[in-house]
Amino acid sequence: MIRVILPVHLRTLANVGKEVTVDVAPPVTQRSVLDAVERDYPMLLGTMRDRRTGKRRPLVRFFACEEDLSNDSPDALLPDRVAKGEEPFMVVGAMAGG
Amino acid sequence: MSGPHFPGWEVYHVNGSPADPDRIWASASGGWFGQVIHRSDDGGTSWQQVDHDFAYEPPVGEHLWYDGTPRPWEFKRIWHLEPSRTDPDVVYAGAEDAALYKSTDGGQKWVELAGLRTHASAPKWQPGAGGMCLHTIILDPVNPDRIFVAISAAGAFRSDDGGVSWQPINRGLVSEGIAESGAEVGHCVHRLAQHPTRPDTLFMQKHWDVLRTDDAGDNWREVSGDLPTDFGFPIAVHAHEPETIYVVPITSDSLHYVMDGKLRVYRSRTGGDQWEPLTAGLPQENCYVNVLRDAMAVDTLESCGIYFGTSGGQVYGSADSGDTWQALVRDLPPVLSVEVQVLP
Repeated sequence: MIRVILPVHLRTLANVGKEVTVDVAPPVTQRSVLDAVERDYPMLLGTMRDRRTGKRRPLVRFFACEEDLSNDSPDALLPDRVAKGEEPFMVVGAMAGG
Repeated sequence: MSGPHFPGWEVYHVNGSPADPDRIWASASGGWFGQVIHRSDDGGTSWQQVDHDFAYEPPVGEHLWYDGTPRPWEFKRIWHLEPSRTDPDVVYAGAEDAALYKSTDGGQKWVELAGLRTHASAPKWQPGAGGMCLHTIILDPVNPDRIFVAISAAGAFRSDDGGVSWQPINRGLVSEGIAESGAEVGHCVHRLAQHPTRPDTLFMQKHWDVLRTDDAGDNWREVSGDLPTDFGFPIAVHAHEPETIYVVPITSDSLHYVMDGKLRVYRSRTGGDQWEPLTAGLPQENCYVNVLRDAMAVDTLESCGIYFGTSGGQVYGSADSGDTWQALVRDLPPVLSVEVQVLP
């Protein structure tokens, strides 16, 4: 199980708590994790990635294991500790606007 | 008062269905997480998310950007939701970048009425300061095939075939910065208003100028008259008096607050040209707020009620056609949308 921490706006939309877990078959990448989150919580479609291009929304960032993974390839493998469920994959609203 | 219902989101518009008073639509968006549409079927007590897949029909094409260069259409948010007068499952949505969408299944699927965005003039449309938004949708109460929309900064448009084909209706509009006399498009229309018993008469608050048409938009004439400034955003028509209209002038295009620190609604009882300030109950010193285009509404009670919200988070109401006002709510975030329902 992959742990995913969602920001407050998305928790409200999905009616969940701070952290959700999703089943992801290897390889565990940004794309496969986000695909799984959108599969389980379809109300989040379009909120983290553009629905058509699949690109990260400009003010959304991804962190894990104290690393900013926002600009990594969506198909790059996530850290092993995320794949093992030891560390969460974090979706964050970027610091912007004040 | 209840809520907050969508905390942290910018709610550009909330609008109830005339066909089912328990059905209410809300458009919430944000810079981080995009656009979501919500629907309530119990008068706003609870809400469910419906679809928010707003795709442009191909070919997507291009419009002008601020610098005059072409740029592909890019969806940003829904500014306005207009439910059908007769079918609670039918609702129209106005988008930035400007496009018109329609759902016939209660918001589960949205289809673009692409005849508007593919109009021959569309490559010349460009954004106003707030973006290239389709912010006004009027479903004609008499002719079910007639729809009016307005886009900043393209202008006003009319369809007489249910949204399949469109024509610009901007004759008579004069806009500083448009060199071409009688330009078909390029006008920054801020808001249109219509009275249900006089559907061919429309009123317009433009970037500068208040105007009216009596032939469904074929020709417009300025009715700014003795307004202290004819720059503003909202315009509304009295529920029972088709010649009584309301605007909230602000200082200028660069100073988006009311003049002299006085919050004044201006009313014309003659369909324009002659205007009177309405001030009773409104702050008349040290007030520097704006009233946005979708933030004014009228009810249909016998003594018509008028309501508006401000960028300072107040909602004011008048139960006597604007003669006297009181603050109904204070200390909200900036108010983007005010709508009113009279329940059966």
